[in-house]
Amino acid sequence: MKGRTELTASESAFPRYKAVAAHAVLVEFGEEIDDRVHARVLALDAAVCRFPFPGFLEVVPAYASLLVSFDPVVTDHRSVKAVLAKLGESADVWTAAPATHEVRVCYDEDMAPDLAAVSAVTGLSPEEVVNAHLAGDYKVYMYGFAPGYAYLAGVPEAIQRPRKEAAVRGIPSGSVLIAGPQCLVSTLTMPTGWWIIGRSPTAILDRRSDSRPFLFDVGDRVQFKRISRAEFEAGDTP
Amino acid sequence: MSETVLVVDHVGPLVSVQDVGRPSYMRYGVPASGPMDRLSFAAANIAIGNPSYLSAIEVSMGGLTLDCVSGEVTFAIAGGGFIVQHADHRGGSWIVSTMRAGERLIIRPGHWGCWTYLAFAGRLSAPTWLGSASTHALSGFGGGRLEKAAALTITEAEVRSEREGAIPCPVGARPRSELKAVLGPQDRFFDAGTIETLFSAQYQLTDAYDRMGVRLRGPALSLSAPLSMPSEPIVRGSIQISGDGVPTVLLADHQTTGGYPKIATVVDADLDAFVQLRPRDNVTFRRITPEQAVEHARSRASVNRRYLAALG
Repeated sequence: MKGRTELTASESAFPRYKAVAAHAVLVEFGEEIDDRVHARVLALDAAVCRFPFPGFLEVVPAYASLLVSFDPVVTDHRSVKAVLAKLGESADVWTAAPATHEVRVCYDEDMAPDLAAVSAVTGLSPEEVVNAHLAGDYKVYMYGFAPGYAYLAGVPEAIQRPRKEAAVRGIPSGSVLIAGPQCLVSTLTMPTGWWIIGRSPTAILDRRSDSRPFLFDVGDRVQFKRISRAEFEAGDTP
Repeated sequence: MSETVLVVDHVGPLVSVQDVGRPSYMRYGVPASGPMDRLSFAAANIAIGNPSYLSAIEVSMGGLTLDCVSGEVTFAIAGGGFIVQHADHRGGSWIVSTMRAGERLIIRPGHWGCWTYLAFAGRLSAPTWLGSASTHALSGFGGGRLEKAAALTITEAEVRSEREGAIPCPVGARPRSELKAVLGPQDRFFDAGTIETLFSAQYQLTDAYDRMGVRLRGPALSLSAPLSMPSEPIVRGSIQISGDGVPTVLLADHQTTGGYPKIATVVDADLDAFVQLRPRDNVTFRRITPEQAVEHARSRASVNRRYLAALG
């Protein structure tokens, strides 16, 4: 097996531009989840949205990379790469100031089936796990997997757990999940291998809205707020 | 305004409402969805004089039987080699005809193809999400899957007798077993021999085939470097390699990001023909450069444009 250092050394130049089929360029700024790397993703994302080029179709930010797709009838990889490289030179001036969103969470036992397990492995009491989760500084790194699945990073080290060996099925939407430094509030009933530590009535995905269907933009901050069962049952409106 | 109502008597899995899809929401985790075979979908609409983007029904190999309970409407069926029975007539897909109250339409798989499109001269009533009636399989958002006993309503339904007859099936909508693909973007996880295997070995479609993607069977494509990459965006056509070396080609309802490396990407222009292959059909990948891929996309777009213009 090749060493990782060798692999990195031979391809160390970031940003790295990779052609994707006939219609996209993937721009990679790094290979790890890192706030500075992500800041570069956000900066180029904002610049491309602000100055769309002829043939531009869509830009998709991720943890450390950005996918820019285009109409191959209008332009090609080389032209798009040149535009992106140019935009990248002064990109960070266009980054939007992040909004902060409050996401309300009920941590009652029946809504947090894994709270006890996280407590047992970390040696913290369930109450301390909840407080640690509430104290985290969360940022929206990307959406992925399924509609409205916003990947937040910022889970405090004390309660970080690797994902479970196997996924558990039928986890209801609104579940507050953690794995490693990541946290996610699910929007569909789906299987998950992450740890379920609460449930939120805050709609990250609003099916009925066409004007603002998604609560967060990538780059936004999130503050979790503890609510009682009564408040949870009262629904989304604070 | 004339309204036609059709009732679902039988429906297989993966039969859903689709329009051109909802591009531009990948950044929120939403793939474009839309028809698996976009060329056949457009052909069905244009053959009955519709704009190319109107909502139609995507029929899988599970088939569909509809009873017309009121009204009348001209319809088109394009895509794959399906068997179509309507009133006393039995034939294949690639047909325009008119359905009247009391008549039954049966669509079932024939000799080739996985997907066919049923479009109506009128407006198919269906819920939309983010401006599109395309059904996203995982969530069910959009126009939705068809269910037994459900009623389909076509508003502004018209009879366009002058449109009736055969629709020519274009080469681009016939199954293709040699697919053009561009290396990467995460080819760095694979050694030269593995990449050579992808572009020389024969693979076979498996039954693990739905609107999200199709898993292939064939020589394993093992990672040469330990997998440590944060999730990166996926496109329709990405060839994703899971930890055990198994390739999956991602399709219309693909997840928008993934942490498995994408060794290569099938060019979009070949995907309409690819999805008409069936499980157990063979497929090979031919490596082309990004420049050749752009050329290919342009020539395919021009051929498709001329074909659709001739139908209109």
